[in-house]
Amino acid sequence: MNSSCYDTLGRVPLHDLHVALGGKIVPFAGYEMPVQYATGVLKEHLHTRAAAGLFDVSHMGQIVLRAKSGKVEDAARALESLVPVDILGLGIGRQRYALFTNDTGGILDDLMVANFGTHLFLVVNAACKQADEAHLRAHLSDVCDIEVLHDRALLALQGPMAESVLARFSATTSAMKFMDAGAHEIAGIACFVSRSGYTGEDGFEISVPVADVRKLADALLSQPEVLPIGLGARDSLRLEAGLCLYGHEINTQTTPVEADLNWAMQKARRTSGARAGGFPGADVILRQLGEGTVVKRVGLRPEGRAPVRDGAQLFASESAPDPIGHITSGGFGPTLNGPIAMGYVPSALATVDSKVFAEVRGQRLAMIVTALPFVPNTYKR
Amino acid sequence: MLKFTTDHEWLKIEGDVATCGITDHAQDQLGDVVFVELPKVGTAVKQGDSIAVVESVKAASDVYAPVSGTITEINKGLPDEPGLINTDPSKAAWFFKIKLADKAELEALMDEATYSKYIA
Repeated sequence: MNSSCYDTLGRVPLHDLHVALGGKIVPFAGYEMPVQYATGVLKEHLHTRAAAGLFDVSHMGQIVLRAKSGKVEDAARALESLVPVDILGLGIGRQRYALFTNDTGGILDDLMVANFGTHLFLVVNAACKQADEAHLRAHLSDVCDIEVLHDRALLALQGPMAESVLARFSATTSAMKFMDAGAHEIAGIACFVSRSGYTGEDGFEISVPVADVRKLADALLSQPEVLPIGLGARDSLRLEAGLCLYGHEINTQTTPVEADLNWAMQKARRTSGARAGGFPGADVILRQLGEGTVVKRVGLRPEGRAPVRDGAQLFASESAPDPIGHITSGGFGPTLNGPIAMGYVPSALATVDSKVFAEVRGQRLAMIVTALPFVPNTYKR
Repeated sequence: MLKFTTDHEWLKIEGDVATCGITDHAQDQLGDVVFVELPKVGTAVKQGDSIAVVESVKAASDVYAPVSGTITEINKGLPDEPGLINTDPSKAAWFFKIKLADKAELEALMDEATYSKYIA
């Protein structure tokens, strides 16, 4: 599972199953991953919103943060020194979205943090997991033990039928609400489960021992509602849900305020909050929370049918010579049956119905700023 | 007469007009097609010019003029039904018709047997 080699790709524990299922394997974040199966990206996407899709996200990093004192509050306080998020206020059995920031207020990674009572459980992006581990060790090893869970895989079951499918194998998952997290037995296997995901649909993310992941995957795939879903559909689903992808909407050059992630930074960490600041880049971020930003992340829909993709420059008019923004993710939204994108525009243009122009193959294509998410969420709140 | 290019396009030649599309192999490689942009009728094209665009969910692909000539007709319904390229690439999802400028260009293109070996 080592992805630090530049010319060899890692394999996830279920690799052979993906191949057997007809997965089209491509390199992603240092791993061989299925971008689609025979079903195809479009149908895999639509199936997830209609029934239940099973995603293998075992390439992501799973990290346990345990305070040397044995008290989870101490781990929470320690983690708060690295994220602009209220971790101390995160109750046992709850999960929250967080961001590692740097000294200029930029974003090092986005992650999920769950309070398991005795420790914090972190899930980080595959491409950043080694840097995240180093970051945690560099700053928190005096207060916390940091353990990377190399022996665990990660599956996501997403869609309106995910709850009823999982209920056939677990007595306790149906009662979970959006962003609940904890230990649950599924198919007789001890799992860490959160009611969350990256699709905008109701669903579950399941951490399972590598030794048992095939058994769990087979059990879920044996259900008539469930299809295996590749990374291609994972991307179109999260794009429709208006969710950021690290390396695209967020990176070291974007602050959480520019990225329109203010909601992730609770009052306690803001100016006048109980534990204001105290994370890297706090001066920049807190100032931006007060004064605003020059640019802002927005959703955009092309007026025509042509997709406008990552990297396309944006202009204020059909003939303006200088770009004013750029697209960070773009493609086709199967549920909307049309092209969608996200990007950065000047804050003055970051209002719904503003029009900008993307340069695509030498032509200027009109795009309209659109509210996010493109497709409403169906979280079980 | 049916001919094929190394860029996975097919040409059905009748007289001096070639009806062109992309092959089943090409659509399979592309994945689900979500957008297609066709050239304008009347455009003069040279063999190898990029004259159309096909986009799948993940990426855009250029489609090249398989032969030199003039675009006489385009499949007007295709841009509204890009998925047809996946379901019927060899017939209903033809892209454009070219009036051939130089029939000699056809000699270097592959016949069906040669193309089958090419993609094997």
